[in-house]
Amino acid sequence: MHPMTPVPYRVRSRRPDRADTVTLALEPVSGPCPFSLPGQFTMVYAHGVGEIPISLSGRGRTGALVHTIRAVGAVSQALCRKRPGDLVGVRGPYGTAFDVAGAAGLDVVVAAGGLGLAPLRTVVRELIAHRSRYGRISVIAGTRTPMTLLYPRELDRWRMAHDIDVQVIVDHPDHIWPGPVGLVTKLIDRIVFAPRRTAAFVCGPEIMMRAVADDLMARGVPARRIALSLERNMKCGVGRCGHCQLGPLLLCLDGPVVDYERVGGLLAVREL
Amino acid sequence: MSVGGSVGGNALMDTVVIESLEPLIAALQSAGYAVVGPTVKDAAVRMAEISSVEDLPAGVGDVQRPGNYRLAERGDEMLFDFAASPDSAKRFTQPPRQRLFRMRGQTIEEVREKAPRVALLGVRACDLAAIAVQDRVFLGRHPDPTYRRRREALFLIAVNCAVPGGTCFCVSMGTGPKATTGFDLALTELASPHRFTVESGSERGAQIVAAIPHRPADQGDLTAAEEVSRIAATRMGRHVDTEGIQQWLPAAHDSPRWTDVASRCLSCTNCTMVCPTCFCSTVEDITDLTGEVTERSERWDSCFSLDFTELSGQPPVRSSALARYRQWLTHKFATWYDQFGTSGCVGCGRCITWCPTGIDVTEELSAIRDGTGETSCIR
Amino acid sequence: MGTRESGSRPRMAVWKFASCDGCQLTLLDCEDELLSLAAEVEIAYFLEASSAVGPGPYDLSLVEGSITTPEDAERIRHVRRVSKRLVTIGACATAGGIQALRDFADVKEFASVVYARPEYIATLDKSTPISANVPVDFELRGCPIDKRQLLEVITAFLACRRPVVPSHSVCVECKLRGNICVLVAHGTPCLGPVTQAGCGALCPAFNRGCYGCFGPADTTNSRALNTKLRVLGMSDPELVRVYRTFNATEEQFMRASEEDQGPEEDRA
Repeated sequence: MHPMTPVPYRVRSRRPDRADTVTLALEPVSGPCPFSLPGQFTMVYAHGVGEIPISLSGRGRTGALVHTIRAVGAVSQALCRKRPGDLVGVRGPYGTAFDVAGAAGLDVVVAAGGLGLAPLRTVVRELIAHRSRYGRISVIAGTRTPMTLLYPRELDRWRMAHDIDVQVIVDHPDHIWPGPVGLVTKLIDRIVFAPRRTAAFVCGPEIMMRAVADDLMARGVPARRIALSLERNMKCGVGRCGHCQLGPLLLCLDGPVVDYERVGGLLAVREL
Repeated sequence: MSVGGSVGGNALMDTVVIESLEPLIAALQSAGYAVVGPTVKDAAVRMAEISSVEDLPAGVGDVQRPGNYRLAERGDEMLFDFAASPDSAKRFTQPPRQRLFRMRGQTIEEVREKAPRVALLGVRACDLAAIAVQDRVFLGRHPDPTYRRRREALFLIAVNCAVPGGTCFCVSMGTGPKATTGFDLALTELASPHRFTVESGSERGAQIVAAIPHRPADQGDLTAAEEVSRIAATRMGRHVDTEGIQQWLPAAHDSPRWTDVASRCLSCTNCTMVCPTCFCSTVEDITDLTGEVTERSERWDSCFSLDFTELSGQPPVRSSALARYRQWLTHKFATWYDQFGTSGCVGCGRCITWCPTGIDVTEELSAIRDGTGETSCIR
Repeated sequence: MGTRESGSRPRMAVWKFASCDGCQLTLLDCEDELLSLAAEVEIAYFLEASSAVGPGPYDLSLVEGSITTPEDAERIRHVRRVSKRLVTIGACATAGGIQALRDFADVKEFASVVYARPEYIATLDKSTPISANVPVDFELRGCPIDKRQLLEVITAFLACRRPVVPSHSVCVECKLRGNICVLVAHGTPCLGPVTQAGCGALCPAFNRGCYGCFGPADTTNSRALNTKLRVLGMSDPELVRVYRTFNATEEQFMRASEEDQGPEEDRA
């Protein structure tokens, strides 16, 4: 089959998360769900509108590919309008994964900015599945307003049931927001981890990821243990359209998950 | 990754000599190939379908300089004494537009685009190297069956370059001027008397030769042919020092030269479009008025287009012409190695000739390496 | 499928302002597609085609022409109010058109020379694009517009997707089409490198230079192009003239016709 031909999938379930954000579980029309790893992405095609890369935000009980989608462009808007039973096209999963197993024996910091919490949810679920293998686990999440925070109930569950330190910070608080205000880097002061024995998983706007990674490094977390999930324009997902280049990397093949040791210098070059 | 049963540099049979191309063209045609070769059209050497030797550009040469291409009538009998045509093999291996699939109601149908049987006559060593580069892109980790079919349907007849152009630098890139691999047949055109030496590079190439009148090459023919390539190698119009380029070029991201070249760069995409290895593409979704049938195509795109790096709700990553030019040059000569294990440049010089403002990559590279941002004048 | 699900056909209107009607004619020129278009869209207001006028509001308004009179300045606000989506078609509506050449001169003086009773002429000093008067959802370039692009914009509107109307240079279209570069191979002055694609590289396909009918591409460096055009023998007054045609007041073409001094910043 041609690498650019999507496989027909059906929307198995649809859950509105926030005003402009929807979580869709997708299953192939025929055949089994493909294997996927935390951090990987798929190319999702909305009939007649277009195709975009979307990180997996979970795996359904039946293996369904779960995507949390924010309606920002024509394609994501079309996908957000899909209902259970509707058809979409899917290619993938593609790309590199968060090495969650590699963090065994270490403290773990999961740092999310905005929609970046979506792919990191797959990481946290993996951590929870083998909770005893890891040391202290902290999830720090930044969000624009209290109303744009993703998965609030699930965050509570992580906090209550799985011994995870979950902290949330908002940019623009409303009058009832009781928590901290500012950027997610501010929360690094409030969590406990042994820097030299810590692995970090980071996803969010590039500027936020760099700030978090620099801060963690300054505290002694090795750059090779700070994993970022990067975003670039992507048309193919299979290394042939050239759009997602970041210096030597083709982020569809060499990413989206890349460690800071590899990518820190590249991100520091303006407009690379 | 080898395609078309090519067996590399080992000749399948001894080099032979043919007096005329007419039987070769006829044999290819009766083998079902459309023969595409150099012709003169619109005051340039263009690759187009030919029916006989008469269509080839006898006695036509070219003068290529940065931003300037002119034909020159020589009036001799030589058919291939010109440098790179604006048309590379890319048009055949990766057509400008390709339909990918069609969706009708709920079903997705792959569009099996035709893979026309084409015999490309007059391919240069640099073009063969470019095809090998494209093979790595399209037959790598996610192989493209359509590309493979097109490649297999392409019969490649190299003609060793005798008269490199003013913008050529295949010797610097290690790709020419003599074709050593990746061809079905490799010809060297010789004068007085006018004849061609023919080397087979594949089984099907050898079969074609066996079917046409030929005689064994004698020592005089072989020496003359070697001499053509030897002299061509000394006549490169340009030179690039590629020593350590994979390191020093990406490291020079702050060079003042980028600002200088950006002031001359039109961001018009011409360099990428004529480049035989530039493979970047985008996709286009077309619907019919009823919305019942939708079709998706891939078409050539360029890293010089502003929307190439756009992301929803954010400005493009490479908003400045400086960043776009830096991306193109650095990718072509350095980061291509990281991605595909080879240089992206084959030294054909097309990007220099066809840049409307005459930006010369070899000159830019040497200025960047020397750490100078000196302004050069626009030709 | 977006609008299709609502059941009734979306209602379309076609409006004319200061223009030659050529872009509206492009719509009528879609002979083969007009019937299927009419099946999908109710053409409720299109005086060029029919005097029957269906009342607003309209789902899609195509607007031709620029704003040159006080009445039109008022009328376009009405059009905006009754239109869910407003798409400008052609250089006049998108860039002020050829009549924007008045922006570089004194309209009163023109009127006094041309008309016997200039006091009867009520016209504005400048010819402005629609976007200078009301918010616009999409601008389709060209003088005239390209038929395929017009159908694409309407089809994309129906499918709720972004129209495939690339903003790159004509050079891309030349290469896709297989044209020779007339600048490099013939020394023919050509505005292709600074002009937005859309025409299918029509003029270069006939060995003519590009006239810039589609206005500036997404990213231009006319200073560098002008250097080349001067080498090819164009004088400064000639340079001014080639940029001052149908898109004269588009910022990048305006600068291109005025520049000579100082480096031009690349537009991002």
